[in-house]
Amino acid sequence: MSNNQTKKRVCAVIGASHAGVNFAFSLRKEGWEGDIVLFDKDPVLPYHRPPLSKAYLTSEDGIEKNLLKSAESYEKENIHLNLGVLVSSINREDKTLRLSDGRIQDYDKLVIATGARPVIPPIPGIDMATNIYPLRTAEDVENIRHAFNASSNKRIIIIGGGYIGLETAASLKKLGGAVTVLEREERILARVTAPEMSNFFMQLHTQNGVDVLTNKNVVSIKPVNDVNMVVCEDGSEFEADIIVVGVGIRVNLELAKDAGLHIENGIAVDETACTNDKNIYAIGDCTYHYNPHYKRRVRLESVQNAVDQAKVAAAAICEKAPVYDTIPWFWSDQYDVKLQMVGLSEGYNNILIRKEESDGVKFSIWYFKDDTLLAVDAVNNAKAYVLGTKFIKGHNKIDQSKLADNSVPFKPANLLMQ
Amino acid sequence: MAKITFITTDDKTITLEGTSGSVMQLAVDNSVPGIDGDCGGVCSCATCHVHVAPEHIEKTGVASEIEEDMLDLNDYSNERSRLCCQLEISEALDGLVLQVAESD
Repeated sequence: MSNNQTKKRVCAVIGASHAGVNFAFSLRKEGWEGDIVLFDKDPVLPYHRPPLSKAYLTSEDGIEKNLLKSAESYEKENIHLNLGVLVSSINREDKTLRLSDGRIQDYDKLVIATGARPVIPPIPGIDMATNIYPLRTAEDVENIRHAFNASSNKRIIIIGGGYIGLETAASLKKLGGAVTVLEREERILARVTAPEMSNFFMQLHTQNGVDVLTNKNVVSIKPVNDVNMVVCEDGSEFEADIIVVGVGIRVNLELAKDAGLHIENGIAVDETACTNDKNIYAIGDCTYHYNPHYKRRVRLESVQNAVDQAKVAAAAICEKAPVYDTIPWFWSDQYDVKLQMVGLSEGYNNILIRKEESDGVKFSIWYFKDDTLLAVDAVNNAKAYVLGTKFIKGHNKIDQSKLADNSVPFKPANLLMQ
Repeated sequence: MAKITFITTDDKTITLEGTSGSVMQLAVDNSVPGIDGDCGGVCSCATCHVHVAPEHIEKTGVASEIEEDMLDLNDYSNERSRLCCQLEISEALDGLVLQVAESD
């Protein structure tokens, strides 16, 4: 497509977070000369989400220190940001969007980057609880900081021992809170990591003075003397000045579903991030997409996938021939521990743990299915993370006995099967 | 205030002025090609890789352990490689010249 052809066209984007914003800038980079119009119901300039539960929560910074792009960059690239605006429906026949303020927006190409929202579980009394917050937006963090500063006892109950819950626990502990994490399963991080890693994080939090309790299914929240009483199935009760809910997300699918797009555990897209409507693409957390490396369809909650699908969709819309072929990666920062993860461990049947000689804690967990490396979780060990990335990408066979031996230096040549 | 010059992989020169924040953020805000900063500046993605001009390595210092490890298997890393999310802008960096590294 020549640039002239894109000049008078409009690309609309629903959702201006990591996926939507990266898409808009990538689309310009790919040569789109027409309008680019972004909509998001969040009124704040788009920001990085991962720090919200980590460094941002413990800092006194405003969100302006944490922006994806400066306000000027949108102007410079002529990207129209419509913040605080909700898209209420998609009309595929007319190729228009209806906005919450009644306006109609035309589009030639549409990108859905609606992401996800936190699940608020239907616990009796949760509606009446005070100072209860999810953690996904800058506003959520403002609310938590405000409630935290206003509270004298600072007793925090975190419902859910996943990454958001644990990062929030570490951050609020650092600020001086009395923090308890209640996890419904028999171990924390049960859905995403091996039992050994769950144990490690359990100990880490305990050493830092956070109570992490498992098999704690919250069944009700009652107001008692101006505080919340959180009641678990086993009868235990916990007083909470502040409750943070981190029990997972629901994908924002309603717009796509109402428009008749194909839904399957997320908005179904092909390898160019295109939906079953050739003028509509979907990117980021809301998509159900094919990962060629693992040869299956997946839904990922990650910055990496948001950014990579954004680039692929931008190239596809400009009629280039992109290929989505990335290995998923993730990270988590808690206390002085940096966890870096690469690959998808689902389906593993054996793991190998390698501990390095080091002053501090430094190890990695390698997930295999038979002799195929699926994923690596690296704790304070970026070397293991990059090595794992290389091996997974290359479909390399690894000498597991050498890998487990920390006297064998971490070099590809030492660890590959001869 | 520091003037920082980026030389892109296609040899374009972009000179920017910054007062605070990281060099990566300055580059991202001004759409310097090849500097993505996907992780927001916590040394988790290595998408802000630069080579410091030989005469300026004293201004920036060399890479920390985690930067070195993140670039360990990178075909384009050298002894002047830095992840520029780890470079805080200050007057000390005034005049700095950075070559944006090729990516794998």
